[in-house]
Amino acid sequence: MGFSHVDDIQDASGEGRERRCDRGTRGFDVSAIESAGRARVARALRDHEAEIAENWINLQVEQDVLVAGIGEGELRGEADQLVASLRGALADEELPTARLASEHAELRRTLAELSLRRARGGATPAAISLAVLALKDVVLEILRRSTRDATELFEAAVVLNRVLDAGGILAFDQYVATREEIISRQSRQLMELSTPVVRLWRHVLAVPLIGTLDTSRTQVVMESLLQSIKDDEAQVAIIDITGVAAVDTSVAHHLMQTVAAVRLMGADCVISGIRPPIAQTIAQLGVDLSAILTRATLADALAAALRITGDAPLPAGVGGGS
Amino acid sequence: MATMPDEPSVRLASRQAPPFAGPPGPVTSRSEHPVRVEEDLMEARHAVRAAALAVDLGLVDQTRVVTAASELVRNAYIHGGGGVLVIEQLSRKGGRGIRLTVSDDGPGIPDLDAALDDGFSTGAGLGHGLGGARRLMHEFDVECPPGGGTTVRVTRWAPG
Repeated sequence: MGFSHVDDIQDASGEGRERRCDRGTRGFDVSAIESAGRARVARALRDHEAEIAENWINLQVEQDVLVAGIGEGELRGEADQLVASLRGALADEELPTARLASEHAELRRTLAELSLRRARGGATPAAISLAVLALKDVVLEILRRSTRDATELFEAAVVLNRVLDAGGILAFDQYVATREEIISRQSRQLMELSTPVVRLWRHVLAVPLIGTLDTSRTQVVMESLLQSIKDDEAQVAIIDITGVAAVDTSVAHHLMQTVAAVRLMGADCVISGIRPPIAQTIAQLGVDLSAILTRATLADALAAALRITGDAPLPAGVGGGS
Repeated sequence: MATMPDEPSVRLASRQAPPFAGPPGPVTSRSEHPVRVEEDLMEARHAVRAAALAVDLGLVDQTRVVTAASELVRNAYIHGGGGVLVIEQLSRKGGRGIRLTVSDDGPGIPDLDAALDDGFSTGAGLGHGLGGARRLMHEFDVECPPGGGTTVRVTRWAPG
C-alpha cells in the first residue's frame, strides 16, 4: 500500500512503465491501490458499458433535480460518451488518476460539453456536479456484483473518487468559467457599444456619451476618439454629454483629459449637451470649464464645428460635405 | 439654523441656513450602501438619485445631491479605502429632505481647511470635491476624530 515503487503498477501497454519512470512526476500515484483499482474500474466500464450508462441515466431521472436542463435523447448520448471517455482516460497510463479529468483531453472535453449543455438548459452548477458524481455510485454498484472482497472494492472506490471528484469539480469550474466569460464579454460589448464615434460631417466627429465617465470609460472613449481623429483627419471632435446623468469633479477631470488629448492631436474639441441642472451643478461645484468650448446642444456644437472647419452649413435636406 | 449633532466633532461647517427653520423631523427611510469597489460608486449614485426623487427634490436639486454624493463616496473610496454611505429621507414641517452620511476608516483629513479649499487635492483630482459638495448642500458637517476615519454628513431640503 501507499507509495511503493513503479513496478507495482500493472501496465496494460507495458511501455508506459519506462515513460513513467523518466517523468518522475510529483505524486505519480505509484501506488498499488491505484493501479489495481484503475484496472478493475476500467474492466467494469468495458464489460458493462451499456448497463452503466443506463443505470446512470436512471439514477439521474430518479433524483429528478440532476437532469434539469437536459432531454432524454441528449441524456443517452451524453451517458454513452462519458462512460466511453472515462474508460479511455483510465487506459491512459501517462496520467495519474486524480489528474485525468483535467488533463485527459477527451474526458475533459466530454465533461466540459456536459457542463455547457446542461448550463444552457438552465441546470444549476450544483446539479451538474452531482450528476457527474452520481456515476461513482453506479460503477461501484456494478463492481459489488462481481466481487465481495473489501480490499478490491476499496481500491476501486479510491480510483472512482479520485477521477470523478475531479470531474465533478471540473464541470462546476466549467460552468463558472462560461458565466465569467459571458459577463466579461457583455461588459466589454457594453463599454464599446456605449461609446461609438460617429462622423457627423466632413472633418467633424461626435461621441455621444451615455451613463458615466469613469477612468476605464475615459480610456475607451479616448482611444477610439483619437484613432478616429487620425483615420478621418478630423478637425473637430464633439463630445456630447446629454446622456450623462451627473458631472462631478471626477467626470469633469476625465473630460478635461480627453479634451487635452484631442488638442494634442491638432483637433478642436467641443463639449455639448450640458443640460441646465448640470450647468448649475458644475458652476456650484467650482469646476472651471471655461477653457473648453461648450455648447448647450449637439446642433449648436455642430454649427460651431462647421465654423471652425470653414464648411458653410448646407440647407436642410442636403447631406454630406461639398 | 439647522441643528447640529451634539457629539463632539473636530470641525463643523454649515454652509447656509436651510430654507425653513424648525427641528429636523423623523427619518422616514434609511438605507445603507457599502462602498468597497468602484462599481459601488455607481450603485450609490443610483440609490441617492432614487431617494432624492422620493423626497420630491426637483431636477436641479437631484443633480446637486447626486453630484455631492458622488464626490463624497469617491473620497471615501479613494482616500478612505472604502466606507459606507447611509441615505436617510427626512421629513419635517415645511418640507422633506435627504441626508447622506459617508464614513470611512481611512487616515482622516489632516488639514480640513485646506481640503475644503478649492483646488486643493492630494490625489489626481481637481480638488473641488469636498468644497464643491459643501456648496451643493444645505448642511455640511465633517468629523475626523483623532483615532482616524472620516465622517461627512450632508443634508439638502426640498423647497416647500
